[in-house]
Amino acid sequence: MSRVRHGLTVASFMAPAGIGIAVFFVYPLISAVYFSFTKFDLLTPPEWVGLRNYRHVFEDPYLHKAAWNTLWLVLVLVPARMLGGLGSALLLASLRRAKGLFRTIFYLPALAPPVAATLAFVYLLKPGVGPVNHFLGALGIPGPLWFNSAAWAKPSLVLLGLWGVGDVMILYLAALLDVPTEHLEAAQLDGANAWQRFRHVTLPAISPVVLFTAVIGVITTLQYFTQAAVAASVASNQATVGEGVSSGFGYPEGATFTYPLWLYQVGFRYNAFGYANALGVILFVAAFSVTLILLRRSRTMEAAA
Amino acid sequence: MDRRWRVPVMAAVVLAVAAACTPAPAKQKVADPGTEVSGTVEFWHFFTDREAAAIDSVVADFKASHPKINVVVKSGQDDSKMTQAIGAGQGPDVGLSYSTDIVGKFCASNAWLDLGPYLSRDKVSLDGFPATVRQYTEYKGKRCSMPVLADAYGLYYNKKMFADAGITAPPKTLDELADDAKKLTKRKADGTIQVAGFLPEWGFYENSPSHLGPAVAGKWLNDDGSSAIGRDPNWQTLLKWQKSLVDWYGYAKLESFRAALGDEYSDANAFQKGQVAINIDGEYRIAFAKDQAKDLDFGVAPIPTASPDLYGSGYVTGNVIGISRNAKNPEAAWELIKYLTTDTAAIVKLANSLKNIPSTKDALASKDLQLDPEFKTFIDIFNNPKSSTTPPSSSGPAYQETFQNFCLEWQAGKVPDLDAGMKNIDKQINSLLQLGG
Repeated sequence: MSRVRHGLTVASFMAPAGIGIAVFFVYPLISAVYFSFTKFDLLTPPEWVGLRNYRHVFEDPYLHKAAWNTLWLVLVLVPARMLGGLGSALLLASLRRAKGLFRTIFYLPALAPPVAATLAFVYLLKPGVGPVNHFLGALGIPGPLWFNSAAWAKPSLVLLGLWGVGDVMILYLAALLDVPTEHLEAAQLDGANAWQRFRHVTLPAISPVVLFTAVIGVITTLQYFTQAAVAASVASNQATVGEGVSSGFGYPEGATFTYPLWLYQVGFRYNAFGYANALGVILFVAAFSVTLILLRRSRTMEAAA
Repeated sequence: MDRRWRVPVMAAVVLAVAAACTPAPAKQKVADPGTEVSGTVEFWHFFTDREAAAIDSVVADFKASHPKINVVVKSGQDDSKMTQAIGAGQGPDVGLSYSTDIVGKFCASNAWLDLGPYLSRDKVSLDGFPATVRQYTEYKGKRCSMPVLADAYGLYYNKKMFADAGITAPPKTLDELADDAKKLTKRKADGTIQVAGFLPEWGFYENSPSHLGPAVAGKWLNDDGSSAIGRDPNWQTLLKWQKSLVDWYGYAKLESFRAALGDEYSDANAFQKGQVAINIDGEYRIAFAKDQAKDLDFGVAPIPTASPDLYGSGYVTGNVIGISRNAKNPEAAWELIKYLTTDTAAIVKLANSLKNIPSTKDALASKDLQLDPEFKTFIDIFNNPKSSTTPPSSSGPAYQETFQNFCLEWQAGKVPDLDAGMKNIDKQINSLLQLGG
């Protein structure tokens, strides 16, 4: 009897979280898998189509373009933000004066809502009228077309990500301040130079945070949507069309067209919710796999260390 | 329960719930003629600010003439929200959309009720609506929506720039448009563009295959709903003409010029600022231009066409309104829709406030319609028998946007073989139609 009572007590404590997970994670996830095998438009009962949605993935040119753009961002934006965050945190950790002021200044851009930040950034970089190209011009450097150039649009998104690197930086800063100073001093006494101290003392100490930012960075970038959508709309001179979603996604020449944008478009604009669910399931599997790989690599590295 | 069976059984339960939570169409009933209608109607529309106030004013008139019907208005509602609300069984009684692209989907899925029984019961004749308007408000013979004002697209030109360049009349053919664009273009010493006679890029403001399609009588869909684009040579005429003009400017130079231009709906609009001499736009630009660029001396004309017999026609579209299938008060909802779409005084009042084209013949002929001199041109385009629209499809704008994406690649010089590319377009569109339609 007491075992049953104990079990019920434990269950009652777990219930709020358990119900939340079941309703907001397990149910949508299994539903998404089910709908991915159907033709579904949100308005009529789903029709079972087997693997058709998954087969279409191999012959969908827009998906291939969108997946490439997202992969590019994962490969460039995630490391750039990790390095940018770590670099700024190292800089801030070494400051002796006005620490609070500089921490605030570095962190502030991360507080800007993504839409507002993207709008501001596109206008700052706008060729012809934006201050950045005027400044570069004054130095005799012809500024690029930034968000209006197929070659520069993704690097411009990386710059935007670096500008708002405060969220990553704050994690690194907390971890850096936790690195035991006696270890660093001991290494210094042993003759280790700055790089050696960083590589063999600081980095192992902050490795859990490095792993965390890598995993979160990959997952967030796989879902990269808002900034790409807003930047394309504004750069294509159609920020204020105001009639729902812009058909200017991906401007210029599909350079900013990411996987989630295509998922949204086929679902909410083309009524192919079954296919959109299949794309969602693939994205989930991709994020899950990358997380597993990163965790295993990290354990291997820890074991090697 | 055996541990091995726990996960499969749980998954089966979730799947059963998922399947049970998907919507099913309800049966539609219409009241007998003469039944008194009362109660509350929830009305969602997409307008905001000044335009929402215009809607409120007409709804107030409706309430005054229908004292037993109360209307709760919710502004700023977009199509995605309406779709989700109807799918979840929480749709409004009446929904107003800015896009005819939803008509196919909402008719095919019964998201909006068939209005045919109401029209027959109340003896509302559709002859009072122009043919193109009737076309974009029904899908495969099913009328699930009614028109609330319309838009027509034409050519705007800067009269001073025309006079300075010695051009006496707006262009009537695509070749004349290209010639005038070249005469009106000014370049800086380094060859970059200072003023573009006409900025021919797809994706710039209102330049889209949808809006320019009528200039070549481009065909979008076959009768069975499949893509007709790839096999229609008229589209290739338009694409080749456009690419030739893009190449004359230089694609990179156009992109560079376009990058510095202002937003379409801001007062930095390139046509209003005199950075572009000729532009394609809807009739609503008249109100924007007169408000935001008071010194601009502009004229309007139909969009130039590939052959003279098409001149005078253009692209026509409009707002659409319908009753959700889960409307709580469909009879009162129909009364509101009937008022907004067939009452001449209400339509004229809305048209005068929103500066859109009235969608009935009676309202078009009304003496109370306050017309700007330029507006007459758009009404003529709207009434032209060769004017056309983008046909409703159960996959929404999939066919238009797939083609537009192809056009973007074409103008950037990334399509080596136009014939092959056009055939591939049909394949891509038909796949999308199959997945969503």
